[in-house]
Amino acid sequence: MQEPISMHNIKERQISYVDAIREALDQAMDLDPAVILIGEGVPDPKAIFSSTAGLQEKYGRERVFDMPLSENAITGVCIGAAISGMRPVMIHQRIDFSLLSIDQIINNAAKWHYMFNGKSKVPIVIRMIVGRGWGQGPQHSQSLQALYASIPGLKVVMPTTAHDAKGMMMTAIRDDNPVIFIEHRWLHHVKDVVPEQPYEIPLDKAKVIHAGENVTIAAFSYMNIESLIAARALLSIMGIGVELIDMRSIRPLDVDAVIESVQKTGRLIVADTAYKTGSIAGELIAQVVEFAFEFLRAPPLRVCSPDFPTPTAASMTAEYYPTPVMIVQAVLKIMGKGDDTEGYRQLIQSVKREGLHDVPSREFSGPF
Amino acid sequence: MIITADSYLLKEMLRIRLVEEALADKYSEQEMRCPMHLCIGQEAIAVGVAAALKITDRAYSNHRAHGHYLAKGGNLKAMIAELYGRATGCCGGRGGSMHMIDLDVGFMGATPIVGGTVPLAVGSAWASKLQKKNEVTVIFFGDGCFEEGVMHESLNFAALHSLPILFICENNDFSVYTRINERQPDRPIYRVAQAHGIKSAYGDGSDVEQVLKMTSNAVDDLRDGFGPWFLEFSVFRWREHCGPDFDHHLNYRRPDEIESGLAKCPIQSYLKILLGRGVLNSDDLTILENEIQAEISTIFQSVLRDEMPTIDDARTYLYA
Repeated sequence: MQEPISMHNIKERQISYVDAIREALDQAMDLDPAVILIGEGVPDPKAIFSSTAGLQEKYGRERVFDMPLSENAITGVCIGAAISGMRPVMIHQRIDFSLLSIDQIINNAAKWHYMFNGKSKVPIVIRMIVGRGWGQGPQHSQSLQALYASIPGLKVVMPTTAHDAKGMMMTAIRDDNPVIFIEHRWLHHVKDVVPEQPYEIPLDKAKVIHAGENVTIAAFSYMNIESLIAARALLSIMGIGVELIDMRSIRPLDVDAVIESVQKTGRLIVADTAYKTGSIAGELIAQVVEFAFEFLRAPPLRVCSPDFPTPTAASMTAEYYPTPVMIVQAVLKIMGKGDDTEGYRQLIQSVKREGLHDVPSREFSGPF
Repeated sequence: MIITADSYLLKEMLRIRLVEEALADKYSEQEMRCPMHLCIGQEAIAVGVAAALKITDRAYSNHRAHGHYLAKGGNLKAMIAELYGRATGCCGGRGGSMHMIDLDVGFMGATPIVGGTVPLAVGSAWASKLQKKNEVTVIFFGDGCFEEGVMHESLNFAALHSLPILFICENNDFSVYTRINERQPDRPIYRVAQAHGIKSAYGDGSDVEQVLKMTSNAVDDLRDGFGPWFLEFSVFRWREHCGPDFDHHLNYRRPDEIESGLAKCPIQSYLKILLGRGVLNSDDLTILENEIQAEISTIFQSVLRDEMPTIDDARTYLYA
C-alpha cells in the first residue's frame, strides 16, 4: 500500500491521534488473524486512553488480552509467540514500565534474528506512551527513545500526527522486526486528516512539515507541535524561515533529510522531548557535523529537557519542559539576532502560553 | 543388534556423552574459541524428555544445551561447526556453544541469559494454543533459573492460560560454584511451582526410564489441554560449570558427594539394566560405541575444512 499523494484532497475526515491508533489496530487485526493485542488494561473500561476500545468485543478474548503485571515475562511471551507465527502488539501505558522488560527487549527481541543467523524473526510491536503534565513526575514521564535507539536490531518510531500514527502503526505491525512505537500522551487528542482505508507509511523517513530557508529545526514527537508554533510566529513576525522536519523515526534516523535541509539553511536546531545528555538530538547533530560540517554556518543547538528527572509539583514543571519561547530564542541565537528589539518582544508575546501549563488542552481535567 | 525402545535411550545418551567427551578432549587445542558448558552426567534428562516428544513439538534451552539439542534431533555437524566458529554452524558462527538452534526438529533456540528463554517457551505454547495446534513446548532450565523473577512471571502466565508447556528443572544443586542452600530456602522447588497452580513432580534425573515415564505422562496431559506441567529432576554435574575439566580440586563439593554423584552415572546404570534384560551384550555396546565414534570423528574432520565467516557475514541479518 502506498501513502496517498495528498490526503487533504481525498476526504477531509479528521480524527484524533488516539482514534487513528485504534483504527490502525482494528484494521491490522481485520487484515491478519495473526495480530493479537496484549497489555495492562487493554480491554478495561478506559482501554489504554481509548486506543483499544471495542477491540476485545470485536475480535474476542482469543486475540485481545489483559495481562498480569509481569512486563518482562509477557514481553518474552510475545517474542516467543512472534517466533511461532503470531504478530503481537504489546502496550505499556507508560514507557517507564517497559524498563521492567529491558532484558527481553534488548537481549532477545533485538538479537534473535541476528544471533540465529536469520533463521527466526520477531515481528512484534511494543507501544510505549510518554506521559507529561498533571504531576506525572520522575517515573511516568521519561522520553527513553535514545535508549532503545542505541540497540541494533530494534526499530524505533515516534510519529507526531494522527495521519502518521495510523500509517506507521500499520507498517510496524506488518514489519518482521521488533518495533518500539513511542506515543507522546499530549499528542493523543490532536486531530489530523486520516484516510479511512488502510495505508502504510515507511518507518525510516522524516518529513518536512514547514518549509523555510533560514534555519532547520529537526524535531521529535511532541516537540514538533512546539516547534510549529515557533516557526509560524518567526515567519509572520520576523520573516525568519524555519524548515521544520518531523523526524518520525528514531532508528533508523533519517539523517539525509536533515543534511539536505542544512545544505540550504546552514543552521541546525534539534528539538527533542528527552534529557539532553545522551539524547538522540546529540546523535543527530553528531552525524550532521560528521558528514556535512562544511554546510554549517553556526554551531548546532539542542533544545531538550534538562538533565534531571521530571519533578511533580506544577510550580517546578512550569519551566522544566522546552517551550516555543525556548525554540524562538534558540533560532534567534543561531541567527545571531539580538533580543532587545520590538520584534523580539512581539514574538515572545505571541508564542508565550497563557493559562495552565501542565495539561495538554483546555478540556483536560486529569487525572492523566 | 536390534534397536529397541530401551536400547535407543542408551544409544542417545551414549552419543551425547561421547560428543561431550570429544569436545572436552579437543577444547585445549584452542580451536573452539567460545565458552562451553558440558552436560556430562545430565544426559538422562535430555534423552528421557525428548523421547516423549514428537518432532513437531518444540524445545527451548539455556547455556548448557548440547544434550537438549542433540536429544531433540539437532544436527550434530551444525553444532560442532558452530563451536568451531564456522559459517556452516547452526548460527553461522555468531553464537557458539551457548546458542543452539535447529528449527527442522523443533529446537527453537538456546541462549545464555539465565531465564531468558523461559517466557519465549511459554509464548511458543501460547501460540500453539491460539493457533489450535496440538503441539507441546518444553523449556529446560536449572535450579539457579528458579531464582529469576521472570521464571515466576512465566509460571503464572502459563497456569493462567492453561498452556501446553512442560517446565523441566535440572537441579544440579549448583549455580556455578554456589550451592543451592546459599541461594534458596530449604523447600522443594517443584512445590513452589505447584503453588503457582501447576501440576508438578520430582524425579531422579539419572534414571532415563523414570524421566521418560514422567514426561510421557505430563505430555499426554498437555496434549489433552490440561497444561502446564513442571518436572524437577535431581542431577549431578560432572565437570566444571564452564569448560572441559573436572574441578574436584576446588573443594566446593565434598569428596563423598563427588563419589556418589559419579556413581550415579545415567549411562552405566542403564547399561547394567539393559545387560540384565538381555537387550544387548557387551559386543553390541562396542559396536554402538564404534559407530558413534566414527560419526563424531568424521564430523570433526570435515568441520575443520569448513569456511570461516568474515566480518562482511557479520553485517547481515540485523533486520529481517
